[in-house]
Amino acid sequence: MAEMNMAKAINLALFEAMTRDDKVIVMGEDVGPDEGVFRITEGLFAKFGGDRVIDTPLAESGIIGTAIGMAIFGMRPVCEIQFSGFDYYNYHQLESHAARFRNRTRGRLTVPMVMRAPYGGGIRALEHHSESREAIYAHTPGLKVVIPSGPRNARALLHAAIQDPDPVIYYEPKACYRLFREDVPETMETLPIGKAQIVKQGTDITLISYGASMRATLEAAETLEEDDGVKAEIVDLLSICPLDTETIVNSVRKTGRAVVVHEGPRTCGLAAEVIARINEKVLMFLEAPVVRVTGFDIPIPYFSKEQAYLPDAEKVLKAARETLSF
Amino acid sequence: MPRKSIELPKIEYLSILNENGELDKELEPKIDPKGLIEMYRYMLLARRTDERMLLMQRQGRCGTFPQSSGHECISMASIFNINKDDWHVPAYRELAGLLWRGWPLESILLYWNGFEEGAAPPEGVNDLPVCVPIASQLLHAAGIGMAINMEKTEKVVMTYFGDGASSEGDCHEALNFASVFKAPVVFMCLNNQYAISVPLSRQMACETIAQRAVAYGMPGIRVDGNDVLAVYQAAKEAVERARRGEGPSLIECLTYRVTPHTTSDDPKRYRSDEETKEWVLKDALPRFAKYLDQKGVLPEAKRLEMEEEIDKTIKAAVQKAEVMFQSDELLNPLHMFDYLFADMSPALQEQRDELAEHFKTKGKDWTNPQKKEKTPASPRA
Repeated sequence: MAEMNMAKAINLALFEAMTRDDKVIVMGEDVGPDEGVFRITEGLFAKFGGDRVIDTPLAESGIIGTAIGMAIFGMRPVCEIQFSGFDYYNYHQLESHAARFRNRTRGRLTVPMVMRAPYGGGIRALEHHSESREAIYAHTPGLKVVIPSGPRNARALLHAAIQDPDPVIYYEPKACYRLFREDVPETMETLPIGKAQIVKQGTDITLISYGASMRATLEAAETLEEDDGVKAEIVDLLSICPLDTETIVNSVRKTGRAVVVHEGPRTCGLAAEVIARINEKVLMFLEAPVVRVTGFDIPIPYFSKEQAYLPDAEKVLKAARETLSF
Repeated sequence: MPRKSIELPKIEYLSILNENGELDKELEPKIDPKGLIEMYRYMLLARRTDERMLLMQRQGRCGTFPQSSGHECISMASIFNINKDDWHVPAYRELAGLLWRGWPLESILLYWNGFEEGAAPPEGVNDLPVCVPIASQLLHAAGIGMAINMEKTEKVVMTYFGDGASSEGDCHEALNFASVFKAPVVFMCLNNQYAISVPLSRQMACETIAQRAVAYGMPGIRVDGNDVLAVYQAAKEAVERARRGEGPSLIECLTYRVTPHTTSDDPKRYRSDEETKEWVLKDALPRFAKYLDQKGVLPEAKRLEMEEEIDKTIKAAVQKAEVMFQSDELLNPLHMFDYLFADMSPALQEQRDELAEHFKTKGKDWTNPQKKEKTPASPRA
């Protein structure tokens, strides 16, 4: 066991993946000698060289488009898009090509690749550096989307993403990169894509979240227990697409109440999909309407106001209490 | 001196067999007779297939498709320079090249009749399927080229795009990536002077597309796109350069889209018949046929035999494809779920079951037969 933060854990996963499979290559802007603007690729260039840790021209569509060609050829490219706010440039390549090659060639040509990108607010970043648009990718058939919430699951999920035979979007909650440390086992581990985790058992209400919003959710759950004597069950989705319907509905069947928390905008956000699935499967078990705590339907404000925009423990607490008093 | 001119490479124009059938003997490439006949046959096969598909489309037996007549020369005379284990990344007017690479005619007919099965490259063929969005395939070609370099082999990639595509960002990114990473890619531009209705003059304000190569630090040349010998020669040099590890090249082939853009397009809305007629006279096929006849490689009698053989080949393929269109295996709507991921998620399985149930209530059970996997392409590196 070694204690490390999420940035280090992601770095470790890249290091391990490149060591065990020489088809794994890392590419992106400034990932080489600079080691990435968040230093996620630290040590990789020195260890594996410029043929496998590729500084590309500044062109996101170029990065994803060439990675698709490499993946079809037999490589396993792991692309870093410097900030998720720039991945719209390459959306076309993902939607029209990465997500479709297997389907349109009936399994002949496949695109095993990963797009990593730091997403989300909370670090007082520049404009266009704080978006949370995972729902776009979850809404794109043919892509998988995973979002870790801590060092240990970050490393395990990245291994799963790299080993997956299909394209995976791996969004990194950059507010959590160096927020806390956690024990990460010595031996390599993976987490199955498509599985959520119950991070805390409870009986009274289900709090569902993922990524950076897990912090606010966990904090709210603590207050609920200490001040209200309420035992909240917490679901960390981890996999945004495919979504683990089973874990969600089993928990809600038990508790009868739920709050869904994320920082992306509300309309057509992940919470909408989670609630739809709850309605389809366990509506009759609900004691109260399911409540969403999300970002608002506005561009995330520049950092003077970002804290007002982001879900925090207080907002989650208020929503949970409303649900409990229904 | 504070100001001086920076010397840049000049852009060449190449024509060997001109529109009047006049041959520049000094520039004539040495191609063995067998090769010449093979090129002609696939050009003719593509032309006749295209014509047959148009008739079928008008009869409701084929979907909307982009015609390739008039582009056979560019596709065939360039692709002829690469080997089986090289790569072919087409746009969508490279019918001649696809057929030569080993795509069965049935695949072509299946694809333009709405079956994804027709986009599955045959086993052992290192081709990507046609690419309908514009210019995005060029990045796949650049990426394959980069992977070839990592593998340290001497394979090359042939890729195709149009004059309209040259305006897309992906085109720029692909040329730039390929150049920066010295990827062994030959970028073939089919400059047919129209992007649906928009003429070349609205696509760009520079004289040639070839000159952009200078900006990317690669050789660029404009050739007569209806001249088999010129296209062949330019592509040959580019392929050799790529194999030597010297990186990509850009070849602009000037032609004209004598057909509508697709079967849904009406060119009368944006250009005159006179303009089109002028270019029909420059067609590559009769020009090449005359050359082959004069050389004694393919006398007219032999050419007519070839026409007959091709007619039979197409008829047989149409018959075979039309039987396939009616087969449960290909019509099974549940297959739309089956190839999205290596493993189907429970939620997707539920949606599949939902549709299966819908058909069952209407009296058709599609749940059997289950999907038949295409052999996955073996990892190449």
